[in-house]
Amino acid sequence: MKGYVLEQIEPSKFVLQMGPHHPATHGVLKLFLELEGERVARCRPEVGYLHRGIEKLAETKTYPQVVPLTDRLDYIASMINNVGYCVAVERLLGIEPPPRAKFLRTMVCELSRISNHLLWLATHALDIGAMTVFLYCFREREQILWFLEEICGARLTFSYPRIGGVRIDVEEKTLEKIDRFIDGFFQKIDEYEGLLTENRIWIARTRGVGVINPEDAIAYGLTGPSLRGSGINYDVRKHFPYDAYSEVDFEVPVGKHGDTYDRYLCRVQEMRQSAKIVKQCIQKMPEGSILAENAIELDLPPSGKKKLHPEGWSTGAFISFLKEKEPLLPEGEIYSAVEGAKGELGFFIISDGSGRPYRVRIRVPSFIHISAIPKLAEGQFLADVVAIIGTLDIVMGEADK
Amino acid sequence: MDRTLDFYQFGFLVLKTVFIFAITLVHVAFTTYAERKIIGRAQARFGPKEVGPHGILQPLADFLKIFGKEDIIPQSAYQPVFKIAPIIVFAFTAVNLTVIPFEQGFILADLNVGVLFILASASLAVYGIILAGWSSNSRYSFLGGLRSAAQVLSYEIALTLSLASVVLMAGSLKLSDIVVAQHNSFFGFYAIPQIIGFVVFVIAAFAETNRTPFDLPEAETELVAGYLTEYSAFRYALFFLGEYTAMYIMASLAALCYLGGWTVPKYVMAILPFLKWIPGWVWFLLKVYLFIFLYIWVRATFPRYRFDQLLSLGWKVLIPLGFVNLFITILFKKLFA
Repeated sequence: MKGYVLEQIEPSKFVLQMGPHHPATHGVLKLFLELEGERVARCRPEVGYLHRGIEKLAETKTYPQVVPLTDRLDYIASMINNVGYCVAVERLLGIEPPPRAKFLRTMVCELSRISNHLLWLATHALDIGAMTVFLYCFREREQILWFLEEICGARLTFSYPRIGGVRIDVEEKTLEKIDRFIDGFFQKIDEYEGLLTENRIWIARTRGVGVINPEDAIAYGLTGPSLRGSGINYDVRKHFPYDAYSEVDFEVPVGKHGDTYDRYLCRVQEMRQSAKIVKQCIQKMPEGSILAENAIELDLPPSGKKKLHPEGWSTGAFISFLKEKEPLLPEGEIYSAVEGAKGELGFFIISDGSGRPYRVRIRVPSFIHISAIPKLAEGQFLADVVAIIGTLDIVMGEADK
Repeated sequence: MDRTLDFYQFGFLVLKTVFIFAITLVHVAFTTYAERKIIGRAQARFGPKEVGPHGILQPLADFLKIFGKEDIIPQSAYQPVFKIAPIIVFAFTAVNLTVIPFEQGFILADLNVGVLFILASASLAVYGIILAGWSSNSRYSFLGGLRSAAQVLSYEIALTLSLASVVLMAGSLKLSDIVVAQHNSFFGFYAIPQIIGFVVFVIAAFAETNRTPFDLPEAETELVAGYLTEYSAFRYALFFLGEYTAMYIMASLAALCYLGGWTVPKYVMAILPFLKWIPGWVWFLLKVYLFIFLYIWVRATFPRYRFDQLLSLGWKVLIPLGFVNLFITILFKKLFA
């Protein structure tokens, strides 16, 4: 029949606005979903509900004052943010922390990473419906937080590292406790895995869900375990070592299929590796100072007495320098990255020599990972969207800055 | 039977009804307590602890709290249906209690089609969920209602098929007859000869009552609370009561149709004669508790299925298994009877 045109019937779209308050969006992520039945036809993430202007705020602070701001980025593993920022400033200023400080930083970073991965596993499993894993993970996470509290006095916003070293030395007693905990921790990981790794329902819910091939993963800028799940061996700790990572022995677990299940395995293996690193740090912990000699002073100088070092800018009281507005820092810019718990955490700092950063740009993995959600969720079920948000391990404090 | 009821008979019937409902409600209340305690135990924590010794009065506190809450009806909800939906769910679930025999002779209405009655009203209760999802006029609720419809549709068949084999074996649709037939059978209960049917029944019962791993209609992390999202106060409590009563109905059905109800197998009785001092309703309740424990245990252990996986499990595994079981039962019945 000529001239007869079948009318194209567009199936009506079911629009679901998931978030910003929704139990599974890990904070205030909002997903604008168009559903066809239970399948996702289109997915558009919206961010910015937690924007606090950390980058702009950093421009008004002196270099040491920015450290507590970085706590508020990825508040689940804020130790790594602190270290990331400190490493960047140290590279900019040419400060080399002493070995003990390096090992201490590495240790607390890995403890933070473990606690982050525990929280990730807990919520990811809860999103998929496995309730018990959640509480098992929190049990161990609590212990890690106790240790971190013992080390630096805070549970969430540590500000433990400082430019040129760490703030407080660690007692031998605490190290022994951590060592004992790590010994038992491997068994605990087996326990979580016993609940999930070979669970038929878990496999059914995660295998082949949110698949991203290596090329796409790179194109979307995924880093960290989300990238390694696709089979790409890239880890800042291995490839651009900082602190004591070049002196400890660890492996980088890599997945194969790039699906949710492989990313799960990657992170679980990473916990084991992190535990190994912590153990090595405790064994190899060198004696000595915890602060570089040319580190920036944090204290205000006592009144009437200026603690200016005759040789240079760096040992003087920083804030009194500022008052005198002397050009005291090298001008220049640096990009320095560390392996955050979620992925590559980069700090790009421009210094104009004024003592305050001219610009701090933070490359946060979560923000970049959120951009991959539409790709991963394409054609998946609504229930998978929850798994996908979980598997990318995003935290909105970091994404919105 | 004399159809006219005299005053005393009627009074006794009312008393019995009130008694059974009261018992069930107390059970439901303390199941929530048991659930929280058992899951707490499984998850290395305490569970309720503050209200009363060991938190035993927690259900009472919950009850008082939930009935003191404001009843919120969304503006865009279709009010008549929104209001009646929880009542439908609870009524059609609770009505099943009438045909459950707790012991020889202790039953409200000894229907000769007891099994059918339960299956029928269990399906009717789903209307309440679908209507609740639709009338809430919320997207999460709507998806929850749709899921429920598909889920119950597919698992009802498996449930019916597995029960059909039991009915064939016992030769009666009357629940008390089924128990008696089991008592007279070789094993003393049907869970062994009907092992395939039993497994199918248990899985389908989980799906039928929207429990983990099939709690998709109210999947917390995806649909917030599914069809329950817009409900609050006592309407929410009615759904809750409905769900837990349904759990008890399914557990009773399993105890009656597969575990011999209030009877103990004859060979056990022959070995341990002192067991006959324990009354039948205790046995029945123990068997029911066993199932309730299973429900809770599974909830503590398993993740949730996805919607399509749930349906494919129902249609590709459970229903064929149910048919196989039915066929085997028919074959044996023909050969040996």
